[in-house]
Amino acid sequence: MSSGNTEKNMTEMVEQIRVSAVAEKVEARLKSRYAVEKRFRFFGMASIAVALGFLAILMVSIISKGATAFVQSEIALTVNFDASVIDPDGTRVKATLSAADYGALVRKAMFERFPDATDRAAKRELVSLASQGSDLVLRQAVLDNPSIIGTTQTLWIPASAPVDQLIKGHMTRDAANGGQFSDRQLSWIDQLRATHVLTTHFNTRLFTNGDSRQPELAGLGGAMVGSFYSLVITLLLSFPLGVATAIYLEEFAAKNRWTDVVEVNINNLAAVPSIVFGLLGLEMFLNVFGLPRSAPFVGGLALTLVSLPTIIIASRVALKAVPPWIREAALGLGASKLQMVTHHVLPLAMPGILTGTIIGMARAIGESAPLLMIGMVAFIVDIPATPMDPATALPVQIYLWAASPERAFVERTSAAIIVLLLFLAVMNATAIYLRKKFERRW
Amino acid sequence: MPVASESYFQQNGRALLNAIKVASRDVNVFYGDKHALKTVNLDVRANEVTALIGPSGCGKSTFLRCLNRMNDLIEGCRVTGSICLDNQDIYDKALDVVHLRARIGMVFQKPNPFPKSIFDNVAYGPRIHGLAQSGPELEEIVVHSLEKAGLYNEVKDRLGEAGTGLSGGQQQRLCIARAIAVSPEVILMDEPCSALDPIATAKVEELIDELRENYTIVIVTHSMQQAARVSQRTAFFHLGEVVEIGDTEQIFTNPQHKLTQGYITGRFG
Repeated sequence: MSSGNTEKNMTEMVEQIRVSAVAEKVEARLKSRYAVEKRFRFFGMASIAVALGFLAILMVSIISKGATAFVQSEIALTVNFDASVIDPDGTRVKATLSAADYGALVRKAMFERFPDATDRAAKRELVSLASQGSDLVLRQAVLDNPSIIGTTQTLWIPASAPVDQLIKGHMTRDAANGGQFSDRQLSWIDQLRATHVLTTHFNTRLFTNGDSRQPELAGLGGAMVGSFYSLVITLLLSFPLGVATAIYLEEFAAKNRWTDVVEVNINNLAAVPSIVFGLLGLEMFLNVFGLPRSAPFVGGLALTLVSLPTIIIASRVALKAVPPWIREAALGLGASKLQMVTHHVLPLAMPGILTGTIIGMARAIGESAPLLMIGMVAFIVDIPATPMDPATALPVQIYLWAASPERAFVERTSAAIIVLLLFLAVMNATAIYLRKKFERRW
Repeated sequence: MPVASESYFQQNGRALLNAIKVASRDVNVFYGDKHALKTVNLDVRANEVTALIGPSGCGKSTFLRCLNRMNDLIEGCRVTGSICLDNQDIYDKALDVVHLRARIGMVFQKPNPFPKSIFDNVAYGPRIHGLAQSGPELEEIVVHSLEKAGLYNEVKDRLGEAGTGLSGGQQQRLCIARAIAVSPEVILMDEPCSALDPIATAKVEELIDELRENYTIVIVTHSMQQAARVSQRTAFFHLGEVVEIGDTEQIFTNPQHKLTQGYITGRFG
C-alpha cells in the first residue's frame, strides 16, 4: 500500500519536474521571440522615419526653391499711349495695333521716369531693367481696350529676370561677387523700390503664358494645356479599352494557354520602360500613320500605351475581388453573362477600377520619356488650341527649364515641379474619394 | 368499402402520383478526370419536395447544379446522359440556358442578396426577363413574391433599404422571393438553411412546405431531420451514385440499403 503510494508520488514528482522543465524552456524561448518582434518593429519604424525624412528634405528643398517663382517683380510704368506711334492712320485695325512698336513706348516711358539717363550706354542699362517682353503687356492692353490710345496710363510691366532675382535675394548687389548691375542701375532700382513702384505681385504669367526664352515671361500655360489634352486623350482611350480588356479576360475568355500567354504579356508590359512605348509611338503613330509631331493627341496615344497595362491589371484584380456568389445569384436568375457583368460585377468592381485608372493616369501625367520620343520636347511658345497643335507637357517643361542656364529658371523649375506634384496629389485624392464613395459592403 | 378503395388505389396508383417534372437518365458528370456523378437516374415529381441527402462530396450538389446547368460555369466540367424538364432535354443545343434558368430558379447555401435595395433584389429577375413593363405591374410582382416568401410584413416599410442589411434568415427568404419573382417551375435549393439559426430555419422550412403547392422543389440538405420534415421523396447519394430513392417516410423508417441505413442512423457521414 505504502510502496504503491510512494510510487505514485514518484510519478507525480517526475511529471511535475517535466512540466516545469517545459515551462522553463517555453519561457526562455518567449524572451527571444519577443526580442525578435521588438527588433522587427524597430526596423520598421526606422525605415518609415528614414522615408519620411527624405520626403521632408525633398519637399523643403523644392518648396524653398520654387516658392518665389509664384511672385514676379513688376514695375509700375506711366506710359503715354501715343496715337502717332501706335496707329498713325487712325484706322484702329487690329493688324496695325498688333504690329505697332510698343517697345518704343516702353523705352520712352523709362527715359521720362529717369531723365538722368542721357548717354546711349546709360539708356541701354536703364531699358534692360524692364523685361524685353514689356511691349507685349502694352500691346495686350491696347488690344483689350483700343480707347486708351492717346491717353496716359500706369501699367505694371514685368521687371527683367536679373532685377527679379535681385529683389528676391537670389542675386547679390555686389558686382565683384557676380552681381550683374552697375551702380547706376542699382540706384534706379533703389529709387523704384523706395517709391513702391517696383514690387512683387502674384505671378499669373506662370500659369497663363507659354514657354519663353525670357524667364520672367516663361509660363506653364502651354505645358498644362498640353498635359491636359494628352491626359484627356489617354483617359478616353485607355479607360474603355482597359476595362473592356479586363472584363473580357476575366469573365469571358476561355482559361487556356493563350489566355495565360496574354496575361503574362500584359503583366510584362506594365514593367516595360516607358521610353520603349515612346519608340513604338514614334514608329507607329508618326512614321506609319503620319500623325503630326509634338501633338498632344499623339502624346495621349503614347501615354495610353503606358497606362493600359496598369489599368488592365488593376481592373482585373477589382473584378476578381467581386465575390463569386454575386455572379451565381445573377446567373441563377437567368441573367445573361453580359447582364451579370454590367448589372452586378462591374458596379461592385468600379471603385477598384477607378482607383487603378487614376493611378494609371497619374503615371501618365508624370511620364516624359515617351513624349520626348514623339517630339513634345520642342520649344513652343504658343498655347495649343487643339490636341493636334504642337505642345509640351508638364514633366517635359520641367526637363526643358532644368536644362536652361538662366538663374531665374531654377526657381521656375521647382515651381513647375510643385504644380506637377499638386496635380498628382489632387488626382490621388480623387482616387481615394471615389473609392470611399463607391465602396460597398456585402 | 375500404376494400374497394384499396383496389382502386392499386389500379390507379400511378395516376394518383404527381407527374414527373424533371427526369434524369444515365447522368454522368466529370470534373476533368474526376468522375463526380455515376449513372444517376432520378425523377423529380411536380409539386413535391425532393430531398437529396448524403455525406459531403457525394455529388448531391453537383447533381442539383446540373438541373439548371450552373455546372456550365465550372471549367472542365462535362455532363453526359439526359436531363429532361417536361420531356425537353435541357442539354439540347436548341434550348437557351438563360431561358432554362428562368424556368428553374435556385437558392444558394449562403444568402446572397445583391447589394441593392430589397425592392431591386426582387425586381431584378422580372426586369431582365421583361415580365413587367410598367411600374405598378412590377410593384405587384415584388409585393406578391415577398408575400409568398413570407417576408412582406417584415420589410414592407423599408423596401428601399439594402437587402444586405437584413438578418441571415430574412436574407435567405429574400433570395427565395427573388427566385419566385420570375415564376419558375422548379426551385433548386442548395442547403438553404445551413447558414441560419434554428428559428430562421424553421421559418424557411415552413415556407418550403407552402411553396410546394405551386412549385416543384429539389433541396440538398445535410440535416436528415430537415429532409424528413420538408420532403416527400428522398434520394440518398453516396460516392457519386444514387444508392436509394423513395418516399421520405420509407427511406427514414424502412431503408432498403445497408448504406442508407448506416447514414440515417448516424453511423457514418
